[in-house]
Amino acid sequence: MILEQLPALIVVTPLILSLVVNVVGLWDKRLCFPIVAVTLFACLIWAIGILWRVIDHGTIHYCFGNWQPPWGIEYVIDHLNALVLVSVAVVSLLVAIYAKRAVDQEIPESKLPQFYTLFLLQVTGLFGITATGDMFNLYVLLEIASFSAYAIIAMGERGADFAAFRYLIFGTIGACAYLLGVGYLYILTGSLNMADLTQLLPKLFYSKALLVGFSFFLVGVGIKMGIFPLHTWLPDAYTLAPSTVSALLAPLYTKVGAYVIIRIIFTVFDPSFSIKLYPVMDILGWIAAIGIMFACIMALAQSDLKRMLCYVIVAEMGYILIGIASANRLGLTGAILHIVNDMFMMACLFTVAGAIFYQTGTRNIYQFRYLHRTMPVTLAVFVVGALSVVGVPPMCGFFSKWYLILGTIQAEKWVLLAVLLISSLIYAILFFRVIENAYLEPREAHASAHDSGHPAVTLDKVPWSMLVPMLLIAAGIILLGIFSGKIIMHIIQFAVPESL
Amino acid sequence: MLEVIVSKYNYWIFAILLIVGLYSMMAKNNLMKKLIGMNIFQWAVILFFISIGAKKGATVPIIAGAHGDGGHEIVVHATEYVNPLPHALMLTAIVVCIATIGIALALLVAIHRRYNTIEEDEIIEELKR
Repeated sequence: MILEQLPALIVVTPLILSLVVNVVGLWDKRLCFPIVAVTLFACLIWAIGILWRVIDHGTIHYCFGNWQPPWGIEYVIDHLNALVLVSVAVVSLLVAIYAKRAVDQEIPESKLPQFYTLFLLQVTGLFGITATGDMFNLYVLLEIASFSAYAIIAMGERGADFAAFRYLIFGTIGACAYLLGVGYLYILTGSLNMADLTQLLPKLFYSKALLVGFSFFLVGVGIKMGIFPLHTWLPDAYTLAPSTVSALLAPLYTKVGAYVIIRIIFTVFDPSFSIKLYPVMDILGWIAAIGIMFACIMALAQSDLKRMLCYVIVAEMGYILIGIASANRLGLTGAILHIVNDMFMMACLFTVAGAIFYQTGTRNIYQFRYLHRTMPVTLAVFVVGALSVVGVPPMCGFFSKWYLILGTIQAEKWVLLAVLLISSLIYAILFFRVIENAYLEPREAHASAHDSGHPAVTLDKVPWSMLVPMLLIAAGIILLGIFSGKIIMHIIQFAVPESL
Repeated sequence: MLEVIVSKYNYWIFAILLIVGLYSMMAKNNLMKKLIGMNIFQWAVILFFISIGAKKGATVPIIAGAHGDGGHEIVVHATEYVNPLPHALMLTAIVVCIATIGIALALLVAIHRRYNTIEEDEIIEELKR
C-alpha cells in the first residue's frame, strides 16, 4: 500500500517537515537537527524503495489526485530518475549530518530554524525536479529549489548577499527561458505531460517554433546547471556560501540540472531531433570543449580551494555535456554514471574544504602547510576525492571517464577526446598542487624540524559528526567505482534510450 | 507589414518587454533597476502565456448539461471556448514571481545595510577592499 505512494511521499515528506522544522524551531532550536536528519533518512528509505521497485517492475507512474495524464500531474520514475533520486538522498543525508557542527560555527544560532527549513526545501525541490513527469511542474519545483538556494547562499560570509543577488538575477532569466520553452511546446501540442509530448512532438519536428522552444530550454537549464558561457554566477555564489551549503548545492543542484537536460534531449524530444535534424550535439560538444579548457585554466589560477573547486564543477558539467554530445550508448552511459559519481566526488571535496575551514579558518591553498600532521583523516579523504576527479582506478571517477572516452572514440569526435585527456592532466596538476602544499614539507624546514615549531602529528580536531559523513562519502566513491559494472548492468543500460 | 504588427500586437508587446527587461538587467548599474528589469522580464513571459489562451468571441469552457441526458452528443470545438489552462498556469507563475521579488528585496535590504549603497560598481569596489 505505502509502496504505491512512494513517488509522492519522497517530495511531500521533506516539504511538510520543512514547515514543521520552522515552527518547532521557534520553541526549541535543538530539535531542528534531529527532525532534519530523520526526514532525510526517511527520504533515503523511500528512494531506495523506489529504486528497488523500478528494478523489479519497471517504470512507475503516479497520478496526483488520480487525475489521469495528460490532464493531471503525473510523476514518472524510470531507471534514470530512480538512480538520481537515490544519489540525491544519500548525499543530502550525509551532508545534513555533516551540517550539525559546521553550522554551529558559521551561522548565528537565531537563524538555525530558517537554515534547516531552507535545507529541507532545497532537497524537496531537487527530489521534485527529478521525480516529476510534467513540464510545468518541473518549472515550479526548479523555482522552489532555486529560491531556497538564493536565500541559503545569502547566509554566507561577506559578499555572499551580493553573490546571491546576482545568482537570483541569472537564475530568474534561466527559469523564465525554461518557462518560455514550455509555452512554445504548449502552443504547438497543447500538452505539458512529458510522455504525451514524446508522442506528439515527432510530427512537428520541422516546425521553426519547436526549434525556438528547444533553444529556450537549453539556455534556461544551461543557466541553472552552470555550463560554460552561462556559469558566471556559480563561482561567487558557491565560494561565499556557508561551507555546508556549498557541500549541498554544488554536488546536487548542478547535477540535477544535467539530469533535466538529458531528460529533455533524450526523452521529451526524440534523440533524432538533436542528432539528425539539427546539429545540436555538435554545438554542445564545442561548448563543452571550450568550457572545460576555460574552467581548467581558471581553476589553475585560483588560490582559494573552494573557488578552485567551483571551476572544477564547471569543467565537470562540460564532461557530462561531452557524454551527451557523443550521442551514442557508451557516451550517454558515461554521462549518467558521471552525474552520480560527480555528486559523490564534489560532496567529498566540498566537505573537506569545509572541514579545513572549520579547523584552520583558511581556504588558501598556500597556507595548508603541515596540514597532514594536524588533519590526517581529512586529507586522506581529500586524496580519495582528488584521485577520483583526476580519474585513477578504482575510484569511481575513472569508470565514468572511461565510458566518456569510449563514447567520443565511437562517435569519432577527436577534439572532445583530446579535451578529455588534456583536462585530466590539468586536473592532476590542479590537485597535486593542493596535495603538495598539504603533505610535502620544505627541505630546510625539515632539517630544523625537531627543535623549532613543528606541529606534532595528531588526529583531526574536527568533530566526529563531520568526519564520519566525509569518510562515508569517500567510501561511497570507492564502492561506486568497484560496483560501477553492476550499476550499469542493472540500472543505467535501461536508462539509455533504445534508439541510440 | 502594419497588419502583421496590429493583428499580433500582444506578441509584439511581449517581445519588446522581454528585450526591455533583459537590457535593464544587463546594462543598469543600480541593483533596484536590475530588479525592476527582472520583473518586467517575468511579466513579459506571463503576458505571453495569457495571450496564447485568449480568444475573441469565445465562451467559458463549461458544457451545460454534459453530465445529464444527451451530454455525450454535444460536440465541442476548440475554437468556441477559451482555454483556461495557460491562465491557471500563470497564477502559479505569478506566485513564483512574487516570491522572487520578495527574496530579491530582502537581499537588497541586507546589501544596503552592509555596504550603504545599491550601486553595483560601488559594492564591487567595497568588496575588493
